Amino acid sequence: MNDLDWIARAGAKAKGKRPAYFDDPALDRMLSILLAVAGEVSVLRERLDTVERLLDAKGTVSRADIESYEPDRAAAAERGLLAKAYIARIMRGVQQDMEAMAKAEPPVEEVSRTLRDT
Amino acid sequence: MTDVPPPYSAVTRHAVFPEPDHDEKARFNFLANFNRYLSGTIGAGNRLAYDTRVLPAFRAEHGRDPADRFEIRHAMNRDPWHRFWSALKRNSMEMRQQNGRAMVLRQLDELDAKARQFNEGRDTLQLDPAMSPPRYQAAVDIHCMPGSYHGEERPGDVSAGANYDCGIFATTAGGLGALSDGGGQALVEWVRRERPGWEPRRILDIGCTVGHNAVPLALAFPQSEVIAIDTAAPVLRYGHARARALGARNITFAQANAEDLSRFPDAHFDWVQTTMFLHETSGKALPRILGELTRVLAPGGLALHLEQPQYSDEMPLYEQFIRDWDAFNNNEPFWSAMHALDLKELMVASGLPRESLFVTGVKAVVDPEVFPEAGKGAEDHGRAAAWHAYGAWKPAA
Repeated sequence: MNDLDWIARAGAKAKGKRPAYFDDPALDRMLSILLAVAGEVSVLRERLDTVERLLDAKGTVSRADIESYEPDRAAAAERGLLAKAYIARIMRGVQQDMEAMAKAEPPVEEVSRTLRDT
Repeated sequence: MTDVPPPYSAVTRHAVFPEPDHDEKARFNFLANFNRYLSGTIGAGNRLAYDTRVLPAFRAEHGRDPADRFEIRHAMNRDPWHRFWSALKRNSMEMRQQNGRAMVLRQLDELDAKARQFNEGRDTLQLDPAMSPPRYQAAVDIHCMPGSYHGEERPGDVSAGANYDCGIFATTAGGLGALSDGGGQALVEWVRRERPGWEPRRILDIGCTVGHNAVPLALAFPQSEVIAIDTAAPVLRYGHARARALGARNITFAQANAEDLSRFPDAHFDWVQTTMFLHETSGKALPRILGELTRVLAPGGLALHLEQPQYSDEMPLYEQFIRDWDAFNNNEPFWSAMHALDLKELMVASGLPRESLFVTGVKAVVDPEVFPEAGKGAEDHGRAAAWHAYGAWKPAA
C-alpha cells in the first residue's frame, strides 16, 4: 500500500467538458451509477464461478486460490458466455427498442379495436 | 459458437505490467464483453435510428438531405436511441479509465520500482525535463484518460503508461493481442512481405506512447537502431522499461516533439513511422511533422502512417458521422478535422513525389487461437484493429 489516495485518484475527472446525453442531468448520473453496479454484479458472478470451479477441482477454496485462478480456454469461454448472456439480459430494453425501430407497429389498442370490429 | 472476447488472463504480463487481482480482471472482462455488445449486437441501432426517423425528420424539416457529417451528428444527437447508446459507450470508456487507474495506482510504488530497475543509468531513455506538453496534447485529456499521456500522480512516475497499457484489452475487446502490439506486428508482417530481406539501418517511430508498435520493429530488426519519440515522459518511462522487459535492446525512447526533429540530420532514417498518432496532433502541427519526417527520411526509405480511413467524397456521410463518434464523445479533438484532410496531398506538400505514394490496408496480427482476428464481426469504429496505411517509398537519390 502506498501513501497515494488511489481510490480517489482512480476516479479523477478527465479534462474536457463531458457531453450531456440526456435533458435531465440526473439521468446521466443515474446511468453512470447503474452501469457501474451492472459491472460489479458481473464481477461478483465471475468470482462465484471461480469459487465453484475451485470447489469442483479441490473440494476446498482459499482467497489465495481465487486471486491466482486462471481459467483454461474452455472455462474462459464458458465464463465469457455467462457475461454475454448477463449483458443481453440487462440490455434487453435497449435492444428491443432497436428492434422496434426496424418495423413500425400499430398500438395494441388499435389491434384490439380491429379485432373487435372485424 | 461462443463468440466471446478472450479473458483478461490471456493478456501477457511482462515484467512491468501491473499485477491484476481477481476482480480487476473480471472488471476488464465485463468491459470487453460490454464493448463488443455495444459495437456488435446493438451498434446497428444507430443506423436504424438514422434511416427510419432521423433522416426522414431532417428531410421534412429542411427539404433536403444533410450536407455533411456535422449536420447528421446534430440531428442524431436529438435521437433518444442514439443518445442512450452514446451514453452507454461514454460510460464504458470512463469505467475503463477508473478500473485501470485503480489497479495501477494501488500498486504504483511497486510499478515505479520495477520501471526504475530497467531504466536507471540507461542512455536509451532520454527525457527532457524542460519540455511541456504541446497545446494539442494539453487541451483535453485524450481518450478521457485523466491526465492524458503526460499526467503524473507524483513526479517521475509511470502511472499514465501503465494505465494506458493495461486497459487497451478492454477498449478493443482483445483485438490487439496479448501485448496490445497487433499494430506493430502488422507492420513487421507487411514490410517483410513488401520488401523481403530489407534491413533498415535506422527506424523512427513518433508518438510512440508505451512503444507497443515500435518494440515489434526493434525485435524484428535486431540490427536496426530504433528511435521512439513522444512528448510525454510518463509513457516513455514505462515504455522503455517495458521494451527492456521484452528483450528489446536496440531501441531508444526519447522525449521530443516531432514538429522539430533538428536533433537528427537530413536523410538519417530508412523508415519513419506513425501508428494511430497523426489524429492526436493539430492542423498546424501535422504539416510540420510530415515535413520533418520527409527531411529526415533517407532516399529509398519508407514513410508509413497507420490511421483509420480518411473521409473522402466517396465515403457516405453517415459512415463519416459514425467514425467521428470518438472525436466528440471520447476526447479526440483533432480526429474529425484530421480525417477530413487528404493525407496524400499533405505528404506531397511535405516533399514526397506523388508517384512515390501508396495506400494499403493493414490488419492487426494476433494469435488467432486466443485473440479475435480483425475484420470478423461488426466494426467498432475508431478502435478497429485494422487500419489504412498511407505510405511512400522516397525515391533513391
